[in-house]
Amino acid sequence: MQKKMDRRQFIKLTGYGGGVVFASGLAGFGTPAFAARKKPPAAAEDFYFVQLSDTHWGFSNPAVNPDFEGTLKKAIAEVNALATPPDFIVFTGDLIQTTDDPAVRRQRMSEFRDIAAGLNVRNIRYLAGEHDAALDNGKAFREFFGETHYSFDHKGVHFIALDNVSDPTANLGEAQLAWLAADLAGRDREQQIVVLTHRPLFDLAPSWDWATPDGGKAVDLLLPFEYVTVFYGHIHQENHHMTGHIAHHSAQGLMWPLPAPLSVPKKGPIPWDSAAPYKGLGFREVKAGHEGTSLSELPVKA
Amino acid sequence: MKRSIQPVAAGLLVAAAGAFGFTAGWASDPPVQKIRMVKVSSKRYEFIPAQLTLKKGETVDIELSTEDIVMGFSAPELKLRATMVPGQVSHLRLTPQEVGRFDFLCDVFCGAGHEDMNGAITVVE
Repeated sequence: MQKKMDRRQFIKLTGYGGGVVFASGLAGFGTPAFAARKKPPAAAEDFYFVQLSDTHWGFSNPAVNPDFEGTLKKAIAEVNALATPPDFIVFTGDLIQTTDDPAVRRQRMSEFRDIAAGLNVRNIRYLAGEHDAALDNGKAFREFFGETHYSFDHKGVHFIALDNVSDPTANLGEAQLAWLAADLAGRDREQQIVVLTHRPLFDLAPSWDWATPDGGKAVDLLLPFEYVTVFYGHIHQENHHMTGHIAHHSAQGLMWPLPAPLSVPKKGPIPWDSAAPYKGLGFREVKAGHEGTSLSELPVKA
Repeated sequence: MKRSIQPVAAGLLVAAAGAFGFTAGWASDPPVQKIRMVKVSSKRYEFIPAQLTLKKGETVDIELSTEDIVMGFSAPELKLRATMVPGQVSHLRLTPQEVGRFDFLCDVFCGAGHEDMNGAITVVE
């Protein structure tokens, strides 16, 4: 079952209407069946992490973003200024702007890594986007940031990073799907699971390349688990969607915003608004714990 | 929209009957339909042509080729897709059943200009 969910519906379903704070599907919130569910297993303690996405370091068109060299640094400064530091930070892909030149690709990754070193929190998880990995099957990315798919546990929540970009056709591939099945095998069906990836795992807008051809196979493997949430990037805007009881939340980008799916004839960056600089750019806090999870969307401040 | 392939063999049979003067006896057969070929080539980072106009109900054979690197041709709404490999030609056959505009794109990440590599099939009456 697939169900699209706009912001208003999301707020209504979750019962949260204040500002930019949302209850998340992470713990089964956001679905009509939540009331009938058991409470999810408690995390060891409450925590939160920060999601940054689509930084596109190396992009240099001032008509699209006149502060193309400063936006990422501003976001990092804002993360460093958060009252309570997050437990960790995740970048969900497209760290750099793609280039056909492998040497330039590595130069951009080196610069990006140096800038990210400015984050006070040193527990950083990186995922690749197609701009980082599709032209060399992830080779340069792995040199700088490590494996492109992996899993880890944090305070009772199981995190899974999926790679739907190293294959230039944007498939996860049978080998990774087998790895995912093995990772999930024997796991408590009521454990909270967070999936991190770059592209949507469902057909958000295939004609805009906003899909993962075999993403449905990953979703099928995840469906037996009660409390699954997917956080992704790629589309440079918030989007909230349900496939069955699994919630999918895309993040804003940090270089240019994009229009709503299929809302215009041709996909392209939303022009910079000098009256509202950095509009549509931002990052996200994800709070997790024994009461479930909530999302807070934070803008890049002018 | 479903792809459909008209039976080429039937057309050949009718043409042969006409040649032998049996046209009256074949009057109730399906009309002969010639399959039009439409060539689409690609190179970094464009389809040539990027705009195709087809007639509703007309079967066409889209012949795909690429001049430089591996590309993908994907029209998701028409459920059409093929990989384009340098030195090879691939074919997609369809008979559009609805008028409208159907976008296509390269779905193999092919380089810096990949995201601008798209086009549209316009189906008219």
